[in-house]
Amino acid sequence: MNIIIIGGREKTNFLVKSFISKGYNVTVINEDYELCKKLSRKYKANFIYGDGTKPYVLEDAGIAYSNILIALIPKDQDNLVVCQLAKKVYGVDKTFATVNDPKNVELFKKFGIDTVISTTSIISSLIEQRIFIDDISNLVPIEEGKVALMELEIHPDYPIAGKKLKDINLPDQSIIGCIIRKDDAVIPKGDSEMLVGDKLIVFSLPDVQSEVLKIITGKIE
Amino acid sequence: MIRKINRKDDYIIIIGCGRLGSHLANLLSASKKSIVIIDKNEESFKRLNPNFSGFTIEADAIEEEVLEEAKIDQADVVVSVTNDDNTNIMIAQIAKKIYNIPKVIARLVEPNKQKIYDKLGIVTICPTILSAEEISKTII
Repeated sequence: MNIIIIGGREKTNFLVKSFISKGYNVTVINEDYELCKKLSRKYKANFIYGDGTKPYVLEDAGIAYSNILIALIPKDQDNLVVCQLAKKVYGVDKTFATVNDPKNVELFKKFGIDTVISTTSIISSLIEQRIFIDDISNLVPIEEGKVALMELEIHPDYPIAGKKLKDINLPDQSIIGCIIRKDDAVIPKGDSEMLVGDKLIVFSLPDVQSEVLKIITGKIE
Repeated sequence: MIRKINRKDDYIIIIGCGRLGSHLANLLSASKKSIVIIDKNEESFKRLNPNFSGFTIEADAIEEEVLEEAKIDQADVVVSVTNDDNTNIMIAQIAKKIYNIPKVIARLVEPNKQKIYDKLGIVTICPTILSAEEISKTII
């Protein structure tokens, strides 16, 4: 599998390392000469110093033989153009772009980019949730935050402690998918009891997330 | 408020008030078109004629609110003539695909990028190619 990564600094460093360890062929295009030099000493990958939004630079990088393109340039419109060139002109199978403006996620998808990630919205929502609710031990946004998966440990002061699942009135857009009790995982049924110390794996849509937390923890933000 | 008169290509939005954008705005304004011109830099509007009759918006046109403020949904023509190709490509696509503007024209700085406009069906004007052709005409 051939992968091209354009732009980015620490993200590129990390991705190159991870892709090489999985045995992929990696080509990096970056406008930072020093970064190219530094990474080329460290990793066995191809490095091209240049503007990745220019077609001839992409051709140099062997885009016609690439399967995946990842665009991490700070300017949203540059990422759009790179991914569209890759997809529409050179026939790359999969394109990924990061965007700053969360509104561009939907827009870029309409313009044919496969995966669009808004780092701003993911990071800010993660930080926000961690700050306000320290009971969540794990939180994973799925599909760029369309669904959230939370892991919550039941404390003795929670209103749901000792209750049965059918007596807990969760919003429609949420579900307790699994209970981790000591080392066992249990898929809860209506008469499953919530015990203190249990860990709940909860799926919910973002709009009802705070309501779900309120019902489980009894706390109001 | 911009009044719509029943005439072809009456309401025009121009993005980028550089040498090209400002000159175009002056020409179109002289032929009595309604014009809104958008540029990131307020200084750029100094290039407009004193008798320019259109509106100016100082903002980054790749943001949706800015285009809405310019009432892009009512525009007959959108011309993106910033000096950044990728910005032009993005704005042209927003105008064409999201707002279905009948006429969208983009400036092409790097002739190499023509392929992507062809795939997207956007009309381009490349000043580099035009100048090269004119110069070679005067020589040959």
